[in-house]
Amino acid sequence: MVSIWMIIVVVIYLFVIGYLGFRGYKGTNSATDYMLGGRKVHPYVMAMSYGATFISTSAIIGFGGAAAVFGMSLLWLPFLNIFLGIFVAFWLFGGRTRRMGLRLDAHTFPELLGRRFQSRFIQGAAAVIIFMFIPMYASAVLTGAAKYLSHQFAIHYTTALFIFAVIIALYVVMGGIKGVMYTDALQATIMLVGLSLLLFFTYHRLGGITEAHQLLTDMADKVPAKLQAAGHQGWTAMPKFGSQLWWVSVSTITMGVGIGVLAQPQLAVRYMTVKSGKELNRAIPVGGVFILLTAGVAYIVGALSNVFFDQTAGKISIVMAAGDVEKIIPMYLQQATPEWFSILFMLTLMSAAMSTLSSQFHIMGTSLGRDLVEESLNIKKKGHGVLATRVGVLAGILISVYLSYTIDIRFGKTGTAIVARGTAIFFGLCAGAFLPIYIGALWSRAITRAGAIAGMLSGAASSLLWMIFIQEKPSTALLICDKWFGTRSLAVSLIDGKEVFAHSGPIIWAFVDPILISLPIAFLLTILVSLVTKKIPAQHLARCMGQTK
Amino acid sequence: MLGIEDPWVVAPYILCILSALLCVVWGIIKWNKDEKTPEAEEEVQHWAEEEDRVEEEL
Repeated sequence: MVSIWMIIVVVIYLFVIGYLGFRGYKGTNSATDYMLGGRKVHPYVMAMSYGATFISTSAIIGFGGAAAVFGMSLLWLPFLNIFLGIFVAFWLFGGRTRRMGLRLDAHTFPELLGRRFQSRFIQGAAAVIIFMFIPMYASAVLTGAAKYLSHQFAIHYTTALFIFAVIIALYVVMGGIKGVMYTDALQATIMLVGLSLLLFFTYHRLGGITEAHQLLTDMADKVPAKLQAAGHQGWTAMPKFGSQLWWVSVSTITMGVGIGVLAQPQLAVRYMTVKSGKELNRAIPVGGVFILLTAGVAYIVGALSNVFFDQTAGKISIVMAAGDVEKIIPMYLQQATPEWFSILFMLTLMSAAMSTLSSQFHIMGTSLGRDLVEESLNIKKKGHGVLATRVGVLAGILISVYLSYTIDIRFGKTGTAIVARGTAIFFGLCAGAFLPIYIGALWSRAITRAGAIAGMLSGAASSLLWMIFIQEKPSTALLICDKWFGTRSLAVSLIDGKEVFAHSGPIIWAFVDPILISLPIAFLLTILVSLVTKKIPAQHLARCMGQTK
Repeated sequence: MLGIEDPWVVAPYILCILSALLCVVWGIIKWNKDEKTPEAEEEVQHWAEEEDRVEEEL
């Protein structure tokens, strides 16, 4: 239902976003301004922007819905997000990345890797990986947001898609990273308020923290037989060890996303936007609390929605939503919270989508404009630094919008299924391709250029192959395995008309996340190739890492 | 504990809160600490000069 209040609030919101984007535009005079905010971004803005970029609408709606199905065992993910994704990331990765970025005058994540290993190829290949695969991730977020808005405002999907994309395009193209980060900080603040209130409402409605959890624990016998057979043991218990649900929850959701975050280029570049290590230290508490009150809340509320629906309708969440995981959180909001809150929450979800998208568009632009065209292909023209990146941003936006537009119209459900895997595919790919060489770049003097290239390419390839042919969810969605081999995954076979999953001991291969395969392969190849190839000159290493103590 | 029986689920619930607290305490303790060495200062100086030079060239 569209109310006059809803329209007023959205118009005010868009004006403020517009103003912040304009401030970003006014403060952008150089390539460093456009790509790194002049390396002088405030720690609050940096931490909130990092958090808001990381937590998209799908993290709230998709993962919140997943928590309604899996239960609170998914809380291992927000724990990893806070501990690894914020604390370890800012403390260990952040400081080194910032200093190395400064020493090498790197403006982007691929540029940092490329200059560290003295290889234009690495910079170009990293940029190609980002530019080829991030549109899928962006398109996943964009499609979700456009669908939500078209439903909220009763407008056509295509109209919602174009309006939304144009607004974001304006402040990303014009304002660069400053526009992105200022608006991110505002959007993160709205997300923080919206989700904190949602947690309060939920616990209050269900009689308190312990009481609410106890009610959920007592519902264990209501788990549907199908889920029980897959290993579900109740919403406040871990799935049975080695079961299908255990593998999905532990390997794909918790480890895939929890570890994968360390090598996300659009997040890593943010360490280079602050002035000193002091700012990184100050950003840690902001980021930690932000993730707790956004991701943590979405999971707790998602799981507890079962109690609410059981009390009000006598059904568990997934049954209420007729099997559509993505519908659980919106339905819960509609039925369990006051009307004014749904307006605030609409802003929360819009903010979550816009903040993630703006950074995705920005990194597409820097990858294409700066890394590929300017640096890797060495096509430079005076004064074209920012322009090339702006053109890159625009190209990235057009590709993502085109994907979101055609997928809905031309491919229907098949297309939607592919896009829905976009986030996971990008995370898996980045972890395999970038994590080993990123760690090597920051801490090891022994990794050679050839070793880094071998690690990056083998990580990307093994990740991609695993997702195309083995891991059940993406391989089913991508359809390539089915077309070539007539099965939705090489680890699934049909025996007497029944699907059987290949396994070795407790390992069910079709549910193993690519990160568990590609990381060991990439680490091993990086080390082995580095042992037998030409070392990087000591002088360059001293420049990258500072003088040896 | 907290209405949750499985220790493997209570653990992440508490760890989420503890790790956020760790972040807060870390931030407070290190609020004014920096890796400020003469070398770091020099780097900033060097970078600023380089940036000015590039801008001027453009």
